[in-house]
Amino acid sequence: MLPFSLERANSIEAAIAVAASGGRFIAGGTTLVDLMRDEVERPARLIDINSLPLEGIRVEGQELVIGALARMSEVAANADVRRHHPLIAESLIEGASPQIRNLASMGGNLLQRARCPYFRMLDAPCNKRTPNSGCSALHGLNAGSAILGTSDYCVATHPSDVAVALVALEATMRVRGPKSERTFPVEQLFRLPNDTPHLEHTILPSELIMDIRVPIGPRGQNARYLKVRDRASYEFALVSAAVALTQENGLLKHVRIAVGGVGTKPWRLQSCEAALIGKKLDRESIEQAAQLSLRGTRPLEHNHYKVDLLPRTIVRALEMAGGLS
Amino acid sequence: MTTGMIGNPVLRVDGRAKVTGAARYAADFNQKNQLYAVIVGATVGLGRVTAIDVASVSRMPGVVAVISHLNAPKLAYGTHKGSIDPAVGERLHVLQDNQVRFFGQPIAVVVAESLDIAERAAAELKVSYSRQQPVIDPKDPKAQQVTPDPRGRVHADRSRGNADAAVASAPVKIDERYDTARENHNPMEPHATIAAWNGNRLTLWSKSQFVVNEQAEIAAIFGIPVQQVQVVCPFIGGAFGTSLRTWPHVTLAAIAARHVGRPVKLVLSRKQMFFTTGHRPRTLQRVALGATSDGKLVSLIQEANGETSRYEQFVEAVTSATNYMVSCPNVSTRYRLSPLDTSTPTYMRGPGEATNMFALECALDELSYKLGIDPIELRRRNEPTVDEETQKPFSSRSLMHCYTEGAERFGWARRDPKPRSMRDGRLLIGYGVASATYPVFYAPANALARLLPSGIVEVEAAASDMGPGTYTSMTQVAAETLGLPMDQVRFRLGYSVYPATPPHGGSMTMASVGSAVRAACIELRRLAEGAAVAAPQSPVFKASVEQLEWKQDRVYRRENAGSGISYREIGNRAGKPIEAQGSSDHDPELPKRYSMHAFGAAFIEVAVDPDVGTIRVRRTVGVYGAGRIINPFLARSQCIGGIVGGIGMALMESTALDPRDGRIVNAHMADYVVPVNLDISNIDVSFVEENDPHVNPLGVKGLGEIAIVGIAPAIANAVYHATGKRIRTLPIRIENMLSH
Repeated sequence: MLPFSLERANSIEAAIAVAASGGRFIAGGTTLVDLMRDEVERPARLIDINSLPLEGIRVEGQELVIGALARMSEVAANADVRRHHPLIAESLIEGASPQIRNLASMGGNLLQRARCPYFRMLDAPCNKRTPNSGCSALHGLNAGSAILGTSDYCVATHPSDVAVALVALEATMRVRGPKSERTFPVEQLFRLPNDTPHLEHTILPSELIMDIRVPIGPRGQNARYLKVRDRASYEFALVSAAVALTQENGLLKHVRIAVGGVGTKPWRLQSCEAALIGKKLDRESIEQAAQLSLRGTRPLEHNHYKVDLLPRTIVRALEMAGGLS
Repeated sequence: MTTGMIGNPVLRVDGRAKVTGAARYAADFNQKNQLYAVIVGATVGLGRVTAIDVASVSRMPGVVAVISHLNAPKLAYGTHKGSIDPAVGERLHVLQDNQVRFFGQPIAVVVAESLDIAERAAAELKVSYSRQQPVIDPKDPKAQQVTPDPRGRVHADRSRGNADAAVASAPVKIDERYDTARENHNPMEPHATIAAWNGNRLTLWSKSQFVVNEQAEIAAIFGIPVQQVQVVCPFIGGAFGTSLRTWPHVTLAAIAARHVGRPVKLVLSRKQMFFTTGHRPRTLQRVALGATSDGKLVSLIQEANGETSRYEQFVEAVTSATNYMVSCPNVSTRYRLSPLDTSTPTYMRGPGEATNMFALECALDELSYKLGIDPIELRRRNEPTVDEETQKPFSSRSLMHCYTEGAERFGWARRDPKPRSMRDGRLLIGYGVASATYPVFYAPANALARLLPSGIVEVEAAASDMGPGTYTSMTQVAAETLGLPMDQVRFRLGYSVYPATPPHGGSMTMASVGSAVRAACIELRRLAEGAAVAAPQSPVFKASVEQLEWKQDRVYRRENAGSGISYREIGNRAGKPIEAQGSSDHDPELPKRYSMHAFGAAFIEVAVDPDVGTIRVRRTVGVYGAGRIINPFLARSQCIGGIVGGIGMALMESTALDPRDGRIVNAHMADYVVPVNLDISNIDVSFVEENDPHVNPLGVKGLGEIAIVGIAPAIANAVYHATGKRIRTLPIRIENMLSH
């Protein structure tokens, strides 16, 4: 681990000011400290934001507001979250071991970095870690790599589970920078790798996530998260799917689908959603719609199984959300 | 004289020390003035080190030394092959030349005032290489296949009858290929060594399952007398075989400590534990079976290929059990090795048998479906009455008893034999069985028993306890033999100064060390009697041996039972310790007369999600015939651990090497997947009564290894029963359950 300085921020403004001059925020540290030990992350100056007033979880009008510093475990156990958005609780519980959930913040969860094994190996090329050094996974052991949104520069999946749920629920996030504050859909936080996989997010290092805002509505009541993996816990998704829907007169009125484990970012599937609107929720229509998820997939040598698993996972998640399973 | 200790489910005598942190593991023995060493591993898979930029790192504050082949001492590397070292080839010589034989091979060690500084400097050290393309896959066309050197301990080929011809003409046949993954042991405790020289004497606080071998190996490497090396390891946090051999990090710690003239602590990182501390070799196997239409085997062929390194021939029993598991007139087994550019594999729980029985027991299951005969019934029809390979009788063999008992406990009768026929909601349910076996090993062992004036008896042996409960079971044996309560016996292990024992592996500790402890205690009682009859004030003064009678901890004059004398009084009167040596008094002729093995049957229920392919083990029933069970509580724990390991072997574990450079890509606990609590459901372990007077004086067969054997094939067979998909490659993962 490289030497670094650690300072505690006493106010949001102060934290942002330090970040604007090169500091890095640290909250739970469950990814950052891990990567610092491996010297993949090498921040010289850390700003501990844990004492900032960004923790609460509350309902504001028609929004569920989750503070950026709320811990995964708090959010998963929160009564408002469980009432309005059980999907969020489900994805958080599937997302990490209890020890990590107790420490990891929601903001940090969204900003967590890739789990591609080569990203952690300083002696292997990785464009995400060292721009223009090459991608080891592209022709290496890539069973865990993405099949959507990849480029020849990077094929790493985005590892967050709750981000998939938030994208499906059309959540927004509020961030504050040195000059102003802005709010935008969580989905827009993530960049595609293209030829700059080291640039992962659309926010600046000096912008601090304030909170995550999830619209409250009937969709939240018929929403499920399915995470498929070889062991029952403590493993990243091979494929996951977050689904939220409403039905009217036996027909699908709203459908939101996002998937994880397959994309270089949490992947919304609007074509599948569109294909289901106005349809009956039955095996035939959901299987047809799920096939549309395969448009544009680019499997690699070892991850063809994800092409097979992706529509199966969507089908099952839709059945779960629609009460068929 | 008996206290009834043997056979009792007594709690671990060291349990409190472990849960309170009082137990000291190798890395806990911090020394004054200690420095920290970190290994630098090669980042090419094959080649040479061409330059090391030592200067830039040496200048870093706190760095004390950078040791590489450029400045390391030329070590003696004298001849020494312990019973756990490959008989053929030569161990890796660390820092003796610039050759890189495998990715991660230690090429330098950095010593610094703190661990942080040492890690930093190790990361910063710039090394240049000339690189070649390593061959790391036995299926690579460039990989050689060699016949194991006959000096190795496993016979390459055996045959009886004419197996090829008999398969060809058999009415029903199976001929399939199996592929089992390379695995790493991944115990909780990392390998750790603290080395301290005092002149020419070296003390190693070092994680080891075989302290007297570590002592002899390090003495041979440094060319110093064995008596100048001491190895200390009172506790082990799991090992599964990875700490049987003495790996390069121990030598490196000793080199470093001598180089800097201070004690040096070296702990491997989790990642480093994947590279140079052995692994279960990948195997490629073929099994061909021929049978009559009523299920009598007429032919059995098993061919196995195991990976090894270029510099040593690691051999294990990948075909041995095939020769005695079933009755069959025509049997042929063949064993070949693929030397690859990797480190040398080593024994990992159920070494050889676990992979051997995966292929054999899956093939028998396949045959059962082809014949339309229940898999248990198929095994019953082919149950041998003698070991047909050697024509010797089994000392005892309870395999069918285990199946009967297991079928009852499991509810095997509820199984619909048709694949894909049983469901629980949308889940496909499968039942599978497989046999387990492991040889009864035994090696000479020694122990010392010492009656103190306080009446406490200390028993010492250079044995180990990696989790099975050696401390507890040996205390039971000693207490029972002496007639003392458990709390008056202190058993000590893990010091090379104690009487020598064989490796703590191969399930031989109970048989070997247990027999030695028993012998030492019998001798101590004899010496105590001698002291009792020699003391003028003793109630048994001048009594003859025939007149003496022991009741619990007191010895009486038979005709005058009123006033006896206890160990405490004998010890007290002696005023100094009474010491007795004991060796395991094993008849070396026994293995020549009997075929000696433990047997068991594993029953598995899996649930497979037919849509998304997840496989979960819902129930396990394991029934074992393992001779006398010293402590049912510990024995059950042992078996649960082995079964969990078997679930990992079946469904999760695989060490993944990048073919481009031989690097291990998943050397991380998030990526090398082992079962977590949520993967482990109901495990039911039981033992059938087995009275085997032949195996050894204690009548024990050993238990650690057998528990993992049979689990992977039972799971694969259950997966087939659930889904109709026959997967012959381990591990079986979700991707195998999908159709693409």
